[in-house]
Amino acid sequence: MSTRLEKQGRLIDRSKQVSFTFNGTTMRGYEGDTLASALLANDQMMMGRSFKYHRPRGVVASGAEEPNALVGLGEGSRYEPNQRATTTELFEGLTSSSQNHWPSLEFDVGAINSSLSRFLPAGFYYKMFIHPQPFWKHVYEPIIRKSAGLGKAPDKELKDADTYEHFYAFADVLVVGGGIAGLQAAKAAAKSGAKVLLLEQNAYWGGRAPVDGGTVGEQSTDAYIDQLVAELEAMDNVTLRTRCMGAGVYDHGYALGYERVSDHVPGAQGPRHRLWRIRAKQIVTATGAIERPLSFAGNDVPGVMLASAMRDYLVNWGISSGQRVIVATNNDDAYRTAITLKKAGVDVLRVVDARPNAGGALADEARALGIRVDPGKAIAKVKGGKRVKKVAICNQEGVGGAREEVSCDAVAMSGGWSPVVHLWSHCGGKLIWDETQAHFRPDAARPPLGSDGNGFVIAAGSANGPLELGSVLQDAQTAGEAAANAAGFTPVTENAPECETTAENAMKAVWLMPENAEIDLRMKSWLDYQNDVKVSDVQLAAREGYESVEHTKRYTTLGMATDQGKLSNINGLATLANALGEEVPQVGTTTFRPPYHPISMGAIGGEARGEVFQPVRQTPIHGWSDDNGADWEPVGQWRRPFAYVRSGETVHDAVNREVKNTREHLGLLDASTLGKLIVKGPDAGKFLDMMYTNMMSTLKVGKCRYGLMCSENGFLMDDGVVARIDEDTFLCHTTTGGAERIHGHMEEWLQTEWWDWKVYVANVTEQFAQVAVVGPNARKVLEKLGGMDLSKEALPFMEWRDGKIGAFDARAYRISFSGELSYEIAVPASQGLAFWNALLEAGQEFGVMPYGTETLHILRAEKGFIMIGDETDGTVIPQDLGLNWAISKKKEDFLGKRAMERTHMTDRNRWKLVGLETVDGSVLPDGAYAVGEGVNANGQRNMIGRVTSTYFSANLNRGIAMGLVLHGPDRMNEFIEFPGTDGKIYKAKIVDPVIYDQEGKKQNV
Amino acid sequence: MLTLQCPYCGVDADETELANGGEAHLKRFGPGSDDDQFHDYLFMRENPKGVHLERWRHAAGCGKWFHAARCTMTLEVFGTYSAQVYAPPQEIKDAITTKRPGWSWREFQ
Amino acid sequence: MSNPVSALNHASYDGIARIDEIGLQGMITLRGDLSSDTMAKAVSGLTGQEIPAVNRANVVGDTGLCWMSPDELLVLVPYVQVEAKLAELNTALGGEHALAVNVSDARAVFRVTGDSARDVMAKLAPVDLSPGAFEPGHFRRTRLAQVAGAFWMETDGSFRIICFRSAADYVFNLLKVAAQPGSKVDAF
Repeated sequence: MSTRLEKQGRLIDRSKQVSFTFNGTTMRGYEGDTLASALLANDQMMMGRSFKYHRPRGVVASGAEEPNALVGLGEGSRYEPNQRATTTELFEGLTSSSQNHWPSLEFDVGAINSSLSRFLPAGFYYKMFIHPQPFWKHVYEPIIRKSAGLGKAPDKELKDADTYEHFYAFADVLVVGGGIAGLQAAKAAAKSGAKVLLLEQNAYWGGRAPVDGGTVGEQSTDAYIDQLVAELEAMDNVTLRTRCMGAGVYDHGYALGYERVSDHVPGAQGPRHRLWRIRAKQIVTATGAIERPLSFAGNDVPGVMLASAMRDYLVNWGISSGQRVIVATNNDDAYRTAITLKKAGVDVLRVVDARPNAGGALADEARALGIRVDPGKAIAKVKGGKRVKKVAICNQEGVGGAREEVSCDAVAMSGGWSPVVHLWSHCGGKLIWDETQAHFRPDAARPPLGSDGNGFVIAAGSANGPLELGSVLQDAQTAGEAAANAAGFTPVTENAPECETTAENAMKAVWLMPENAEIDLRMKSWLDYQNDVKVSDVQLAAREGYESVEHTKRYTTLGMATDQGKLSNINGLATLANALGEEVPQVGTTTFRPPYHPISMGAIGGEARGEVFQPVRQTPIHGWSDDNGADWEPVGQWRRPFAYVRSGETVHDAVNREVKNTREHLGLLDASTLGKLIVKGPDAGKFLDMMYTNMMSTLKVGKCRYGLMCSENGFLMDDGVVARIDEDTFLCHTTTGGAERIHGHMEEWLQTEWWDWKVYVANVTEQFAQVAVVGPNARKVLEKLGGMDLSKEALPFMEWRDGKIGAFDARAYRISFSGELSYEIAVPASQGLAFWNALLEAGQEFGVMPYGTETLHILRAEKGFIMIGDETDGTVIPQDLGLNWAISKKKEDFLGKRAMERTHMTDRNRWKLVGLETVDGSVLPDGAYAVGEGVNANGQRNMIGRVTSTYFSANLNRGIAMGLVLHGPDRMNEFIEFPGTDGKIYKAKIVDPVIYDQEGKKQNV
Repeated sequence: MLTLQCPYCGVDADETELANGGEAHLKRFGPGSDDDQFHDYLFMRENPKGVHLERWRHAAGCGKWFHAARCTMTLEVFGTYSAQVYAPPQEIKDAITTKRPGWSWREFQ
Repeated sequence: MSNPVSALNHASYDGIARIDEIGLQGMITLRGDLSSDTMAKAVSGLTGQEIPAVNRANVVGDTGLCWMSPDELLVLVPYVQVEAKLAELNTALGGEHALAVNVSDARAVFRVTGDSARDVMAKLAPVDLSPGAFEPGHFRRTRLAQVAGAFWMETDGSFRIICFRSAADYVFNLLKVAAQPGSKVDAF
C-alpha cells in the first residue's frame, strides 16, 4: 500500500491540511501536494481505467508525461475532463472523479474487453466493422461512439465560468524549463544583458535535480537552485514565470507559453489561463528528460511506476509508494530510487538488473545498505489485478521460463532516459540516435531555422543528452551563452560550477523483458498505457506490412493519446525496429507536434468569448434599433435590422407591414453601413474610369452615377453610386460588406500598378450616419424639418447637394434603391441618432416607419435591381445581369475589360437574368435549380438556371423572384420547372425582372 | 508564423498584421493583348520550392503594399523592398545569391 | 448643429487600469507628400507640432500630429474647431496634391491609464510594449484583437487608442476584459 511517511516531502507544508474528494470520498492532503501525491497518501493506487480494455490503472509518472491518472476535475461550469492528477495542484475543496469506467472504478462492466483482448488486437476496428455495410451506420457506429471518447464532455448547456487571455511577449532569449539547467542557461544568457524570459511548467523551480541529490560546489542542489532563482529575480532583464509551460515552438522564433494562472485557486479574480504569444530571437529548450518504462508483462498493474517517479513522490511529497518494493532496471539511475526508499525505511526486496554485470558505485551503495541485487535478471510478469501482489522473476536472456515469484506491492522500473526533444523538434529541429544512452537527442548541427536562415533553438541540459549533474550544468551554461551571442549580445564566458559526481556503469538497451518473451507475455506488455497498445500490437503491425513508423502509429494508435507518446515513443519505435529487423534510427521517429502537453481551448481562444467573441460593428442608430424590435441580421461584421418587429407580430408580419408602408407612406432605413470612399486628385477621374466599368470622368459636379466594379478577371465584385464632389474629388459608395475590401482594392492598384498617378483615397464610411428616406411622403417630411431646397427642380433625381436639414449639416443624395421617391441623407455620425429621431418625430403625421434589410431587398427586387452577393457569386459578369448599359464602350481600358473578351465570357449560353413568376403565386425556394431536357454525364438532369433572389411581395400579394436562366431573355413567358428539396416541383414563368413601376415614374417625382 | 519587416514603417510585423498578395512583379496585360498573354497574366503563377518573390500588405499597420523575397521551404527571408518597382533591387538579388547561389525565379537570377 | 455624441458617450471602467472613452476628438486624415515644405508649414501652422518621425506621435492634449504611413498623417485638433481647421489646412496646402478630410466622427478614442496600462495593451496587440521598446511619443498602427486600431503613449505613460466608431463597443469590451481585476501580468 502507498502511505505518507512521517518525514520528507520538500514540497509539502504539513502545517496546512487540504481536503478534497475523489469519486465522492473525502480525503486529505497537504498544501504543495499534487492530486496524484495526495491520492497515493490515501492509498488510492488505482486512479482510473484504461481507454480500450478498461484495465485498472494507477499513476506511473510524477509529471506531464503521466498517461494513466486522468481525472475529471471540478463540477458544473468548472468541470473539465482528462486532467492529469500529476500536474494538478491540490487545493481546498478540489473535486475529482476517475474516468473510463461504468458503473464504478472498482467494478467496471467494460473490463470484459480486457478478457477479450486477444480478440481486440491492433486494427481490430478497421477489420471487424467493414461488413455488412449497413451495420456500420446503424449498429457499429452507435455502439462504438458510446464506448469511445476519453473522459466525459462537460455539460453542453453550461458555459465555462472562467475567462482567458492572450499576452504578447518579446524576448531576446526564451528559456523553456526552470529546472537546474534552465536556470543556469537563463543566468548565462542574462549576464550578457539580453532580455530573458524563463518559463517553468511547475509551481516550483529546480525540476528533478533536488530529488537526485548531489552537490554543486559546496552547496546542495536545493541551495544552489535557490541561489540561482534569487540571482535571476534580482536582474531587471529577466522575467521569471512558474506554472507556465512552453507549449510550442513555431516559425521565426514564435513560441507559445501556457500559463495556468488560477487553476490552483479556482474562482479567483482574473483569467484562469493566459496564453503567452512570444517572439524570441533565440530559444533555449531546457525541458529535461523523461524516464522510459520497461516492457514486461503486467507493467500496467497499479503499483508499477517509473523509478524516478517513485523517488519524486518520496522526496517531494513524503510518499512511500509501497511497503515492499522491487526495482527493475537496465541502468544505474534506478539504484538511486532503491537507495532513497531504503533510507526512508521502505523494504526494497531486490533490484532486478537486466545487465549481466549489474551496476557500478550506486549498486555497491545499495548492496551496502542490504539491498539484494540480481544481475542479468528480468521481470517475467507482474501479478495482481487492482494492485501489485507478486512479481515473477526470470533471466533476461531467454523466453521467461524458470521463474521465481516474490510477493511485493510495488515495482519501480527504469528503462533509461529520453531527452524531451519536443520543442526542439516542433519547428524542424533534427535528432540523432545516441547508441550509448539508447535515445534520440537534438542534433545541434541541424536546428530549426529562423528568418535569417540560422538556427534559433538550442537544447540545454538533459534535454540535450547529458544526464549527469556536472555535464548538465556545463551544457546549460554553454547553451545560455550561445543563445545570447546568437541574439546579438556579448556573453560573459564562464564555467559552470564543479559538481560532485558518481561514476555510473553504461546502461543496456532493453526493449523487452525477458529478451525473447513468449506471446502470452508480450500480449500483456504495455507500450502505450493511455491507448492500450502492447508489444504484440506493434509486432502484429510489422507483420501486416506497416513498415513506416507513421503508419504503424495510426494503425496501432501508439503515441496518439493526450500524452502523445511521451513514455511510449522510444519503446514503440525500438519494438517496431526489432520486428522489422532494422536499426532504430532507420525507423525514425513520428512527428512531434505542438502543443507539448494539452492546453485548454479557452486559452487558445483567449479573450474571444461572450460579447467579444467577434467584433460586431454598430452604426450610431444601432442602439435605437436594438431598443425598437430589431431582428438582427449579420452583414459582414455589421449587424443590420432585418425588420423592426412589433409586439404581437411575427418577423414575416413585420416585413409585410414595412414593405407596404414604405411604398404607400414613408420608410426610414439606416443606410450608415454603406461604404463611402473619398477619391481625390488630378488623376481621380482617370483612376475611377479604370476601377468602374462605366465612364466616371465625365460625371458632372453635383451629379451621381450608379457604377459597377469588376475584378481583373471580369467578374462583378461591387456596385454603388458615385457622386462627384468637385473637379478633383469623388465620393464612391460601396456595398455594406465592401467598404474595406474596395478601399483595399483601390489602394492595391494605386500602390502597385499606377503609383505615379496623383490620387489619394480615404475611407470615410463611418464619418457619416446615412438615412434613406423613402416613399411618397419622403419630401414632405424633409421639408417639414426645413432647411435646404429639396424640390424636384432644386435637387433632381441622381444629383446631390450640401446644406442644412433642420439643425443638421447634411448631404442629400437624390438616389433610389426602391423605385420610390427617395433621399439618402448623410449627417455627421455624432448626430446620426438625433437626426433619426428628428425624422421619426416629424414623420409621425406622414405614417413614418423604420424598415429593415428584408424590406430593402423586397423593394429592390420588385424593381429588378441586382444585389451583390445574391445575383452575383464571383462568377457572374455584368452582361449576365443585363447591365451592358453600365459598361462603357468608349473607354480603352478598365479592370475586367480584357477578360470580358474571353470566349467563355461572350458565350451566348451564359445564364442571364430574368424575373420569375410562380404559376400559383407561391414563393420559389431560394437557390433552387431549374432543370431542362436530357441528363449530364453523371445521369443527373441538365440544369438550365437557378433562383438568385426570391421573396414574398406584400405589395403584389404573391411570390416574386429573379434568376439566371439559359437563354432567359429570349424565352419570355415560357414556363420552367424548379424541383425543390421538399420534393415539390415549382413551375415558374419567365418574365421581365422589373415588376413594379416599369416606367420608373415614381422615383422621379 | 512569419514576421516580415515592412520597408515603409520599419515594423517587424507579425503575420497577423499582414496580408499575402500572391506573386510579385506581374506584368499587366489589358485590352489589345492576345489570349495567351492575358491567360498567363491572369492565371499562371510560380510555385517554387525555394526562392520566391511575393507581394504582402501591412494590412493591420501602415497599410502599404511591399515585396518580400523568401524561401518557401525554410521560410528564410532574404529581404523586403518597395512595391513600386518592376524587378527586385540589386541588393535583394545579392542577398539571395549569398544564401542561394545560382538561384533563379522567372526572368530574375 | 445638434448636440454631437461620441460612440460610447464617455463610458469608463476601473480594473487593473482605468479605461475611458474620452469623447469627441477632432481628427483630420491628411494624405500628401510629407517631405514637402508646404505640407510641413501647413501642419505645423495648424497644430504647432513638427511632422513626427516614422511611428511617432507629436501630440499635446487634443492637438498634434501622428505618423500613419509614408504619405499620411492624422491631424488632431479640438473637436469644435475641426471644420475651421480643415478649411485653414486646405488653404495652407494651396494647390498641392493632397487629401484632407474630417474623420472625427468616424472614430472612437480611449485612454488607458494606470500602472498596468502596458499589461492591458500587450494582451490585445502583437506589439513589444516593454519599457524601452515603447515609450511616450511612440505610435503604432496595429490590430487590437480582431479589429484595426492605433495607439500612442502619452508623457504620463498612459495610452491613447483610436479605433473605428463602429468598433467602439467591441474595443471597450476588449479593454474591460484585458483590465479585469486580478489579471495583472507584471511582466514589465
